Amino acid sequence: MNEAEVFWINGPVLKAQPVGSMQMKEAVFVGEQRLAGEVIRLDANSVTVQVFEDTTGLKPGSLVQASGLPLAAELGPGMLGCMFDGIQRPLTGIAQIAGDFFDTGVNVAPLDREHRWEFQPSLKPGAVVNEGQTLGLVPESADMSHRVLIPPGVNGKLEWITDAGDYAIEDTLARVRTREELVDVAMLRRWPIRKTRPCARRLSLQAPLLTGQRAIDTFFPIAKGGAASLPGGFGTGKTVLLQTVAKWSDADVIVYIGCGERGNEMADVLDEFPRLEDPRSGRMLMERTVLIANTSNMPVAAREASIYTGMTIAEYFRDQGFHVALFADSISRWAEALREISGRLEELPAEEGYPAYLPTRLAEFFERSGRVQTLNGTEASLTVVGTVSPPGGDFSEPVTAHTRRYVKSFLALDRARAQARFYPAIHPLQSYSGYLEQTERWWQQRGALQWGAFTKRMLELLEEQARLEKMVKIVGRDALPPSQRLVLVCADIVVQSLLRQSAFSEADRFCSAEKQTEMLKVIELFLQQADRAVQSGVDPDTLTGLPITRRIQRMGEDIGNDNLEALALLMHDIHDVFSELAPSFPEAGDDAA
Amino acid sequence: MISVEHNLLHTGLTSVQGPLVFVRNVQDVGLYDRVEVIAPDDSVRAGRVVSIAAQNAVVEIFQGTDGLSLSETRLRFLAEPVQLAVGPGMLGRVYDGVGQPMDGGPPIAAERKLRVDGSAINPVRRDVPREFIETGVSSVDAMNVLVRGQKLPIFSGSGLSHDRLASNIARFAKLRGAKQQDFAIVFAAIGVTFDTAEHFRREMDEFGALQRIALFLNLASDPSAERLLTPRVALTAAEYLAFEEGRHVLVILTDITNYCEALREVSSSHGEIPSRKGYPGYMYSDLATLYERAGRIRGREGSITQVPILTMPNDDITHPVADLSGYITEGQIVLDRDLDRRGVFPPVALLPSLSRLMSKGSGKGMTDEDHPALASQLYSSYAQAQHLKVLSSVVGEEGLSKSDRALLQFGERMENDFLNQGDVRRTLEDTFEIGWRLLAALPNEVLVRLSDQQIEQHLASFRHGG
Repeated sequence: MNEAEVFWINGPVLKAQPVGSMQMKEAVFVGEQRLAGEVIRLDANSVTVQVFEDTTGLKPGSLVQASGLPLAAELGPGMLGCMFDGIQRPLTGIAQIAGDFFDTGVNVAPLDREHRWEFQPSLKPGAVVNEGQTLGLVPESADMSHRVLIPPGVNGKLEWITDAGDYAIEDTLARVRTREELVDVAMLRRWPIRKTRPCARRLSLQAPLLTGQRAIDTFFPIAKGGAASLPGGFGTGKTVLLQTVAKWSDADVIVYIGCGERGNEMADVLDEFPRLEDPRSGRMLMERTVLIANTSNMPVAAREASIYTGMTIAEYFRDQGFHVALFADSISRWAEALREISGRLEELPAEEGYPAYLPTRLAEFFERSGRVQTLNGTEASLTVVGTVSPPGGDFSEPVTAHTRRYVKSFLALDRARAQARFYPAIHPLQSYSGYLEQTERWWQQRGALQWGAFTKRMLELLEEQARLEKMVKIVGRDALPPSQRLVLVCADIVVQSLLRQSAFSEADRFCSAEKQTEMLKVIELFLQQADRAVQSGVDPDTLTGLPITRRIQRMGEDIGNDNLEALALLMHDIHDVFSELAPSFPEAGDDAA
Repeated sequence: MISVEHNLLHTGLTSVQGPLVFVRNVQDVGLYDRVEVIAPDDSVRAGRVVSIAAQNAVVEIFQGTDGLSLSETRLRFLAEPVQLAVGPGMLGRVYDGVGQPMDGGPPIAAERKLRVDGSAINPVRRDVPREFIETGVSSVDAMNVLVRGQKLPIFSGSGLSHDRLASNIARFAKLRGAKQQDFAIVFAAIGVTFDTAEHFRREMDEFGALQRIALFLNLASDPSAERLLTPRVALTAAEYLAFEEGRHVLVILTDITNYCEALREVSSSHGEIPSRKGYPGYMYSDLATLYERAGRIRGREGSITQVPILTMPNDDITHPVADLSGYITEGQIVLDRDLDRRGVFPPVALLPSLSRLMSKGSGKGMTDEDHPALASQLYSSYAQAQHLKVLSSVVGEEGLSKSDRALLQFGERMENDFLNQGDVRRTLEDTFEIGWRLLAALPNEVLVRLSDQQIEQHLASFRHGG
């Protein structure tokens, strides 16, 4: 095995003189404690290594041992419901050895070698098999069957396959005779974290990733297989929104990465997810979730690796035909880790001290999202959503600006909204989604025929509101004509009823697609009736004081997903109120249906 | 004896720059190992190895390098990290910035030595902080709930009353059902004046709490590199008190801005590439190693709650010190100069203040079922009032509707009746009552965050009674 001798140490980065050759991105072990590391630079007489653990006490002369393999994730059954650190060490396993606090040099395999999983073969000996084909199933939980696939690059004849039964992840389950060799196939796989896993082909995006959040689903949708970013200054609710979306989105598998964020937040996820039910399947949320936690006080190099570890796990589930969503909190902390390592290497900085390769790395990361046809031909997707933490809330800084180039859904969080505890604090005029067209058809197929047109009209209304509010600041509200005051009244109702959504209200934290559709109808009806009323001489400001207005503004919280008749009743009452308010009206009741 | 000791000593300084000493021909030295530096006048200073290149090492001297010379300075490399001796009897004592007792009392009966850098708590072993601490301060208790294990800084400005607020919280804070005995305060003065530290000590003395406090002092006149160590020794002591002795520890760190300036100073001595405003690019990670030491651990009795204080240069909340802190801590209490000028105490600017653990520590079973709705409505109405204040200064109050005028008045009462409480401790019930009473003066149409039932239950009595 190749080795190198350490002669230079600076924080998490060291240089060593190699005996024999080492490869870029090769996994290594450093010193007697066997600290995990990775080769990040090669020179004539030295290798540079980033160390994923605390380097306190490390001395020159320590040995760096090459592993001969690139830094890789272990893939197989047993990942769901678990929490790993940035280089996929299981945190529960570490705690069993090191206790409540981290210690260095604790090496625990990511996946349990002893546990025996039930394996149900799907193929018979003699079958011709191709890469990506399902070899058998491993039921991981009541509703979730892990698919054991023929590894990428393996094509040939199935020589032997084991009988149904219980096996450990390293046990050989089958042998495939390829043109070159005989390949043993087990449940356990390794895949280099920085390398994209292959698929048959990439498909265009169609359906929305339903998040149960009106501001996203109705206004700024994220497509399944798409990429989105959530930028916002501190205290604007990025993490709460990301966690909310992770909880309620209609993905089959969730990979949630706490990258350089708070320890208490990860504890919170661990505390909450096992108690929450997926509103669609009734499964516990934890059963479909893989957690990666590399908190802000954990080693910075492992933080850099964490998003790739998470991405590789996400791709592994995608390859099994699942719709996977990856949530990374936060991309900025990852970029800062990159900057810190780059600074220790004394690389020439580009913008704000970030290395010049920052945009390339971001592009590589976000491009791993997508809707694909897997190697075995099934359709699957991997959606990526990342928060961005711009210093001082300034969206022109490099990480926000570059991330924006590679995502199509941009959900800008607004400090003023957050300060008024208006959540989610998504700014409707600074945010955008490039997936509106793709998702419009999906909504239309589900009966919301006017969905696209209506969403567009809502945004126009909000834009008009912003313009008028500037005028109000100069001339006062009373100086506006009734039609413009009506715009202000209506926009406020849209903001209060649709955009505001309480993550802590049981009825409102998740809003089903059906409820969103009905709520849109309520708003549409109100706008229409209010318009007519004002045209017939009603003062728009009297509308704000109506009890019906209050009911509309609170319909999200007051009416649950299972009580859609209440929304129909609300529409009925809107008709009644307005026919009383403007009795000269021609029969408005005709629009009720 | 002397000759043996001299054998261990190392000379060979090649350069002294700011707080850094460059040494050649070192053998068998580990990263971050502790170093004793013996100056030409035989005084001993503490330092640590910060980088190693072949046989050259860079040593950071915590007490500064004044008076060191290249030829006559000796170093002793100790094969251990910088540590703090901990043991029973740590409370009721005063320590210097590196953790040595300086009150003339006996040394600490060291039970063991702990690394001052600490180790990160494994997230799976963390317990979610959710025990409500009643601080007696309305703007905290109702609006920005503090819970055990939280890190909730005070973002202040030079000359504002952050010290007074912090000492009030320290005096008032209590958790229903907890024994006073379990409660301890660790106070770390980082580059503040003697006056500030002494004032806090006196306040606690008057309150009879001195025996429950450990004070760590790095004063403005002390070397700046030592400031990097002071919060770490203080937090190490806090960890011992919390997780070994099972106490609930409130840690007050003041002033984090001084800490960050020391960090910048040392970083620039290293010749590192600066990030925003000259602060090092790793300041976020570095601050996290302090703030993340707050928390609760499953199965352990104690807790560490942090109330760090930082003064925002030029009252700028986007300044890197405040900005990076805000990204790590679980909220912030922001103080406002206008309110302070108007004599409102505590001058808490409600809108930019936040407690991220509010939803954990408030509501049914913790405080009151309707507490979240109350806070949400107060925030919403106060934000509207602030908006209207700007508007009315342009178009005049006549240009406002009746409900807008009610909101405007609500905003003033919020500041005068709710925020302003002087040094009087308010119970949570009193705070709630003031909140509901102020809301009762508003028409229902603006109370969108309250349900009909909440309006009926909490506001009706004020409306009919008044």
